[in-house]
Amino acid sequence: MWRIATRLRLLILFAALAVLPYLLSYSQQEIAVLLVINVLLVCSYRLLTLTGEWSLGHVVMMGVGAYASALLTKRLGVPVPVSMLAGGLAAAAVAAILSVPLFRMKGFYFLIGSFAAGEIIRLIWKRFTDPFGGPKGLKRIDAFPNIDFGFLEIDFYEPVNYYFLALIVVSASLYVLHRIERSRIGLTFHAIHWQDRLAESVGVDNFRYRTLAFVIASFFAGIAGGLYGHYVGAVNPTRFGVDQMVYVLVWAIVGGTATLHGPILGVVVLTVINEIVLRGLGLDTVRPLIYGAILILSVLYLPDGLESLGPRLRARLRRRGRDPAAAGGRAA
Amino acid sequence: MSGPGERPILEARGLIRRFGGLVAVDNFSFAVREGAIHGLIGPNGAGKTTTFNVISGFYAPNAGQVLYRGRNVSGRKTSALAAMGLVRTFQGSTLFQELSVLDNVRVGRHLTARAGFLARLLGADRPSERAADAKARETLAFFGLEELAGEPASNLSHGHQRMLGMAVALSAEPRVLLLDEPFTGMNPQETRRMMSLVRRIRDGGVTVMLVEHDMQAVMNLCDTITVMNFGALLVEGAPEEVQNDPAVIEAYLGAAADDGAGHAA
Ligand SMILES: Nc1ncnc2c1ncn2[C@@H]1O[C@H](COP(=O)(O)OP(=O)(O)OP(=O)(O)O)[C@@H](O)[C@H]1O
Ligand SMILES: [Mg+2]
Repeated sequence: MWRIATRLRLLILFAALAVLPYLLSYSQQEIAVLLVINVLLVCSYRLLTLTGEWSLGHVVMMGVGAYASALLTKRLGVPVPVSMLAGGLAAAAVAAILSVPLFRMKGFYFLIGSFAAGEIIRLIWKRFTDPFGGPKGLKRIDAFPNIDFGFLEIDFYEPVNYYFLALIVVSASLYVLHRIERSRIGLTFHAIHWQDRLAESVGVDNFRYRTLAFVIASFFAGIAGGLYGHYVGAVNPTRFGVDQMVYVLVWAIVGGTATLHGPILGVVVLTVINEIVLRGLGLDTVRPLIYGAILILSVLYLPDGLESLGPRLRARLRRRGRDPAAAGGRAA
Repeated sequence: MSGPGERPILEARGLIRRFGGLVAVDNFSFAVREGAIHGLIGPNGAGKTTTFNVISGFYAPNAGQVLYRGRNVSGRKTSALAAMGLVRTFQGSTLFQELSVLDNVRVGRHLTARAGFLARLLGADRPSERAADAKARETLAFFGLEELAGEPASNLSHGHQRMLGMAVALSAEPRVLLLDEPFTGMNPQETRRMMSLVRRIRDGGVTVMLVEHDMQAVMNLCDTITVMNFGALLVEGAPEEVQNDPAVIEAYLGAAADDGAGHAA
């Protein structure tokens, strides 16, 4: 039951998103596809952070989804849309198993534990050439099948078409994440984050809820992985390494994690900076340096992330509107 | 007013809890009768909070048993004990500070507002959530906090925070409520109001065990008082008996002389 203003805003947003690919070059369209997939990656990550736990294994969970979906299509001939869903479920299952050791820990120890767990999974991919393809990974992953309406055939090799496919899957996923957060489940996640002892004392099984957050987050990371694998056509252990995880962290921190749109802002703004500014200026090689600088600057000057800019500006404008003398005084 | 029954609803038998070399709870036993308001007092550091932590499952006992409604529940998870009706509050203001007052109490209704994952996702939990909201507001009204429902808990005065802490615990619908220093930091007027609320909670069928340093309140409120010192049982009895017991006076005076604070007197 959304307010009219919210609906209108969403409508405008989706209209803009529908027009967007036609304003982009072919290579920019390809970047837009990856951007949409990364939105799901970072937003699913945010759900886990609601319970107060930050993991370093989220990108590996994306990889679990990508590998599982690729292998199901390659080895068992499972049709691609079904395999993507199964990839999400595989990531969720791995998260459920990992919860048993990981959620004996909290905070820093969980962070390190999740990193170790992720590295073990990546080691398995590298070590077992059958079926994971070793360090080279999997190649020639089946593409998303064409859809033939008779009068219209949609070919998902075309980035524009895959962009719309990803947009639909990601929007639906974000809606589900939003519903979860707005329900009592989300309230319980917040409660565990702020005071886990008090939550436990009124009957919240903290272990179960931490596991639930981890499983849901991993499911959607796995879906993002499936979308990625069947688009790019190849996956390998390096693609899901810790440096990729650092990007997710930077998107989340720079955007802010208090709202669902915070990490979206983070990933969009940083991708635009990355692709247009850095690549345009030929600064590709110093990318980690610039990301690091942006992270430090945002932690220093925008600790609540980009999401806090809007409310801040609005508050300032309101103050200025009410009391022009004060605004003038400040400027002087 | 309904007096306590004969049957113990909560019992400790030979509880021991060590922290390294320190024996915080030392072979401690007591029995709380159903329907009672049972006081647990003792000088600072006597082991009262540790006892609560063991009973409520935050710590496992090193030895001994906790019996709840005749069953040995030692070492069970806190959340499982809460589901059985054994709920505690915390010393100091332990709240979901960033959540609203209403949301604090809504979290307290975790056990009673049950629904499956899909029901929550699809919004089919709305009837049970509406009921939970109504109950939460009732609880707030009981504590006189209904006006503050929309405020963040962190904005509340100390006295109101203590009340909200009790409101959260009460909304879990306990059979036994363990209160750790419910009156600390309250002014005399607030304390009197809280005392009458504690009586009403008991009259509503909840057995209350409370730790408190405000002796006047404890003597007024409790049917039975257990005094502990250095982790062990010192004396147990009715308020008049305990009040005049030389061992109790000695323990408190000793403690007061030790740290010069004497705020327990
Ligand atoms: N987690 C812990 N680790 C180590 N020592 C502890 C721990 N908890 C309590 N203690 C010690 O156990 C003893 C009993 O502490 P406890 O908090 O139970 O006392 P208390 O009776 O509640 O005191 P107060 O009236 O001051 O609240 C103290 O000496 C305390 O320092
Ligand atoms: Mg204490």
